[in-house]
Amino acid sequence: MTDSKYFTTTKKGEIFELKAELNSDKKEKKKEAVKKVIASMTVGKDVSALFPDVVNCMQTDNLELKKLVYLYLMNYAKSQPDMAIMAVNTFVKDCEDPNPLIRALAVRTMGCIRVDKITEYLCEPLRKCLKDEDPYVRKTAAVCVAKLHDINAQLVEDQGFLDTLKDLISDSNPMVVANAVAALSEIAESHPSSNLLDLNPQSINKLLTALNECTEWGQIFILDCLANYMPKDDREAQSICERVTPRLSHANSAVVLSAVKVLMKFMEMLSKDLDYYGTLLKKLAPPLVTLLSAEPELQYVALRNINLIVQKRPEILKHEMKVFFVKYNDPIYVKLEKLDIMIRLASQANIAQVLAELKEYATEVDVDFVRKAVRAIGRCAIKVEQSAERCVSTLLDLIQTKVNYVVQEAIVVIKDIFRKYPNKYESVIATLCENLDSLDEPEARAAMIWIVGEYAERIDNADELLESFLEGFHDESTQVQLQLLTAIVKLFLKKPTETQELVQQVLSLATQDSDNPDLRDRGYIYWRLLSTDPVAAKEVVLAEKPLISEETDLIEPTLLDELICYIGTLASVYHKPPSAFVEGSRGVVHKSLPPRTGSSESAESPEAAPSAGQAAEQPAVIPAQGDLLGDLLNLDLGPPVSGPPLAASSVQMGAVDLLGGGLDSLLRSDVGGSPAMGGSGFTAPGPAAPAGMGAPLGSGLGDLFDLTGGVGTLSGSYVAPKTVWLPAMKAKGLEISGTFSRQVGAISMDLVLTNKALQVMSDFAIQFNRNSFGLAPAAPLQVHAPLAPNQSVEISLPLNTVGSVMKMDPLNNLQVAVKNNIDVFYFSTLYPLHILFVEDGKMERQMFLATWKDIPNENEAQFQIKDCSLNADAVSNKLQGSNIFTIAKRNVEGQDMLYQSLKLTNGIWVLAELRIQPSNPSFTLSLKCRAPEVSQYVYQAYDAILKN
Amino acid sequence: MIGGLFIYNHKGEVLISRVYRDDIGAVQLPVSVHVVVTSLWPCRRNAVDAFRVNVIHARQQVRSPVTNIARTSFFHVKRSNIWLAAVTKQNVNAAMVFEFLYKMCDVMTAYFGKISEENIKNNFVLIYELLDEILDFGYPQNSETGALKTFITQQGIKSQTKEEQSQITSQVTGQIGWRREGIKYRRNELFLDVLESVNLLMSPQGQVLSAHVSGRVVMKSYLSGMPECKFGMNDKIVIEKQGKGTADETGKSGKQSIAIDDCTFHQCVRLSKFDSERSISFIPPDGEFELMRYRTTKDIILPFRVIPLVREVGRTKLEVKVVIKSNFKPSLLAQKIEVRIPTPLNTSGVQVICMKGKAKYKASENAIVWKIKRMAGMKESQISAEIELLPTNDKKKWARPPISMNFEVPFAPSGLKVRYLKVFEPKLNYSDHDVIKWVRYIGRSGIYETRC
Repeated sequence: MTDSKYFTTTKKGEIFELKAELNSDKKEKKKEAVKKVIASMTVGKDVSALFPDVVNCMQTDNLELKKLVYLYLMNYAKSQPDMAIMAVNTFVKDCEDPNPLIRALAVRTMGCIRVDKITEYLCEPLRKCLKDEDPYVRKTAAVCVAKLHDINAQLVEDQGFLDTLKDLISDSNPMVVANAVAALSEIAESHPSSNLLDLNPQSINKLLTALNECTEWGQIFILDCLANYMPKDDREAQSICERVTPRLSHANSAVVLSAVKVLMKFMEMLSKDLDYYGTLLKKLAPPLVTLLSAEPELQYVALRNINLIVQKRPEILKHEMKVFFVKYNDPIYVKLEKLDIMIRLASQANIAQVLAELKEYATEVDVDFVRKAVRAIGRCAIKVEQSAERCVSTLLDLIQTKVNYVVQEAIVVIKDIFRKYPNKYESVIATLCENLDSLDEPEARAAMIWIVGEYAERIDNADELLESFLEGFHDESTQVQLQLLTAIVKLFLKKPTETQELVQQVLSLATQDSDNPDLRDRGYIYWRLLSTDPVAAKEVVLAEKPLISEETDLIEPTLLDELICYIGTLASVYHKPPSAFVEGSRGVVHKSLPPRTGSSESAESPEAAPSAGQAAEQPAVIPAQGDLLGDLLNLDLGPPVSGPPLAASSVQMGAVDLLGGGLDSLLRSDVGGSPAMGGSGFTAPGPAAPAGMGAPLGSGLGDLFDLTGGVGTLSGSYVAPKTVWLPAMKAKGLEISGTFSRQVGAISMDLVLTNKALQVMSDFAIQFNRNSFGLAPAAPLQVHAPLAPNQSVEISLPLNTVGSVMKMDPLNNLQVAVKNNIDVFYFSTLYPLHILFVEDGKMERQMFLATWKDIPNENEAQFQIKDCSLNADAVSNKLQGSNIFTIAKRNVEGQDMLYQSLKLTNGIWVLAELRIQPSNPSFTLSLKCRAPEVSQYVYQAYDAILKN
Repeated sequence: MIGGLFIYNHKGEVLISRVYRDDIGAVQLPVSVHVVVTSLWPCRRNAVDAFRVNVIHARQQVRSPVTNIARTSFFHVKRSNIWLAAVTKQNVNAAMVFEFLYKMCDVMTAYFGKISEENIKNNFVLIYELLDEILDFGYPQNSETGALKTFITQQGIKSQTKEEQSQITSQVTGQIGWRREGIKYRRNELFLDVLESVNLLMSPQGQVLSAHVSGRVVMKSYLSGMPECKFGMNDKIVIEKQGKGTADETGKSGKQSIAIDDCTFHQCVRLSKFDSERSISFIPPDGEFELMRYRTTKDIILPFRVIPLVREVGRTKLEVKVVIKSNFKPSLLAQKIEVRIPTPLNTSGVQVICMKGKAKYKASENAIVWKIKRMAGMKESQISAEIELLPTNDKKKWARPPISMNFEVPFAPSGLKVRYLKVFEPKLNYSDHDVIKWVRYIGRSGIYETRC
């Protein structure tokens, strides 16, 4: 049989010939003709003109011919909807055929014909097929529901197909179950809110049973579905894990990865103290390693996933470094991924081996790979301090090879090593300088210039070196220009006498001759700094740099958690959330790991743990950083900035000391145009850039921030009514009630001591146990006269927060001992957290934005304050009385958003966003804090203040 | 899920195109393919063209088997000069898509042999039929060739009886989708092949940088009925578990047992049973299949040791001496031994002397290839070569690829031994003793490299 001949007919008039053949009486000829049509279709010829003729061939008992006609129909029905109707009858008839293969074929094909008119006729046959006695037909019908849903979702819902589909989850045939699960999962994805796949322990049990029996593909569908389930508690999670682990030995890598996904997700819920947790960790490593012996494409998918797993749970693969060693014949994409994982796994224990490998890789052929290997050596040096020296010497060896790109890459990483270990490896600078001429890539040039500037005092000819770069200043990339500018300023500050000319040259190049606003801005700032206060300039430009972190290019934790939920899928390959590459509504559902329900955290109130469901449905609590900032800037930069605008070119610049004059006003009109200055990486000279920018901008912002200034500060902190702390029954007749208050910065404990005994009490003393915030009496308990029976006395005991600290549970628990002439009594009480809110808890606005962004999202907690009918301003005033300061207020779609800050006596900042809807008495409070455990108590304080 | 599947030849011409989902864009191409390629408007090309232009015709080496072009993801694998590409716009299970593509290749091979342009064109109707069956709306369905061959035949469908039809459908959807009922053999026979590939990366100083064995147990079964099989090997965990009762036996067999790092099984093996009891029980497919794959890293017998010595004499000469030592029982014979010694690109001439076998410099492969037909255990052989180099001003040093080796030995380098394979068929009257069983061990070199 040589069907290939069908591909070669290219003569003219063939459509007519085909038409004749299709209408031939001979079966064989017909079939031949249809084959030719399909072949033409495949190579992209338009054979839609033959539609009626091909459809005529449909009524045949020859299954092969039928399939061919169906194939044609699927391709062209959409372009000829009216004619497609002609086929309907045959489909309906075929759905009744005694042969299950034909019934299934008909329902399968019908679903692929995306013509609205046809779908109407599809409903009845589909309904029958969903209940067909033959499992083959049922499993095909299950998928057909998904097809129909894709064409007309409403129809599927109206016809009740979704319920029938749900019933199929309990079907006796595992493949029917698997297809029903797949179809339902897909439909559910496009209706994120609907509870289509309402998974409960019973249905989960059914799925787990089917898991053991169905095909490899079915197992994947079921496992992917299981991963979306949220077990009730750690016990359920463990029992599911136990039943999923056998899948790790499946030959199909996709089954293994999907099982890994379920396990990684549910593991979140298991307590780390559990034996099972350890067992599970151990079980995960071997299958992951085995994935690396699969075909290269699968290896790539596996490696991308392992990269995520290693970041999430490094302990799983920490002993498996060797399997990630690169093989000479690995495809380049596998090599690059392996290298990435090697660096993540590098530790003191294996660093020697890793380095030897990396050195080997640095001599390979593929440029990208070599570069990455060289970069990896630098990262090892930064990550494992003990290895730094060897890494540096390895890098020097590589520089000796004089291979251009190796040298450049090495210089870039050595710069980072200098940042991490300042003043340690400067002896290599001479070698680096020798290679100055060969550097042609901006990153390497910039790195080298940085090194020269940073160590200018140790390089005799630093000025010459830098000067050599100046000649082609305007041809350099921005990165290099910025770096050169900074380096020369550094040089000038270190060796002012001999480099005046050079610095003037570079400043004028940067400010007068450049079109780049970033460069101009930085030039002006340096110029102004140098001319007004050289000492300050020195402090700013030569400030000590913050150390760089050990781990670079880690995936941001929230994204990482989301990606863990997508193990095995494209999202995990791209390392991007599905919304970044999927169009439309699909994949928009944000997935997150289940909250840990282990031992310690379980004590938290249910409100405190932001459940995943909440996170998924509610919009972001605070508008994206950019939005908020954008709004602020708009508000702010709206009014024209004062000061006469001066063209840059009109400023005359003679010598350094001639600066000033017009520069001030010029600076004012210029700054702000480029908030992104210093954004080009490591070059930003410490705090210099933001400080310079902040000045003119800040003043505008300041006004805006003061909107709440001076309001409500008089009323003082809210004081709760006194409650009985120690009943007389328990203390031999002494009853103590009390409350806490804060006034003008002083905390006090207001006590009422009542003598309900028959004897006189005297010799009172009080002591606090160590507590979370170091609360302690600032003075002894002063009860001036002995307390007669049935008398009471009111005392205000001043407190301070300099006592010793011990974390209590609950956090605001205070254990108190009171002594009198009769005995010592102990009681404990809870103090409201707002007595610890200090008066200077108002954060700078920009600071607030930066801090909010800086605090990871897991630290955010959300609460509801119910039944509060105040408006935003009243709320703001009331809270300010208790030292909760409103920093900004915005109105978003009718809701008032208050951004607030407060500071605790121990210096912990808490940032809050309070959302108030005019019609709704419930407020939403989102708290972000570096110490998330205080959030709950801050919320309680909020609640108490607002309700009184 | 998978939105469409395309097969291209090396020129990027479409041989097969099957679209499952509308979202990936129509595949109808304008009349001439060549016109499309040359007059392409970047934003208006459809999925088929996008892949051709960006992947098949890309100048650069393929940097990733998954490509995203205009929010459409392309998964591709290549078999000889044929490209198979799966296309999707959703966040599909990527591992599944690749597994499916491999499976697709297996199925095609099982039906018509080698995957080549000629074969694909000759069988395009069959391929469409298969694609219709094993992928529904982009969801992979049963793709076991054993099952598929019962009803996708291309021989013209025989008019099946009702029983036959329902037998087909129950097999395709059933728990044992890989085997049909009613198989009969006069002689019940089975073959077990333990095929191992031993991988090594050794430093020039003879230090093992990494070594592992990846093995496969391939079974060919010609058994009647629905036989229940149980497979046993010298798995350390099992042996230790059994040995608990009798102390001295542990001592004896403990040495011979091997530690398996990880293993995966054909879908016929009951995984939950393996997980709980570590016993391997299954009903095998008829004919040949891969029962299990495993990996070991401990106590591997490395059949050969390569000792390289490379000396640079000036800038234009290299002296290479390589010694190989066989390290197994003297009674066994290794076969098809090949040592590949890479030479620099600027090699002008090579002189080789070897004690055994034949050695040749192959300029096109930049290597000296030394072949030895057979070599017994505990022997040693040596080759020395002088390589003349052309002087170059290329600054880049020669990368010195590792010396690689190929061989085949008649034992399992991991030490794995088959202890038993028991067959029970309760319904038919043959017992375990009546089954003729054959076991064979073959150890091959995987990536067996020594750096020099």
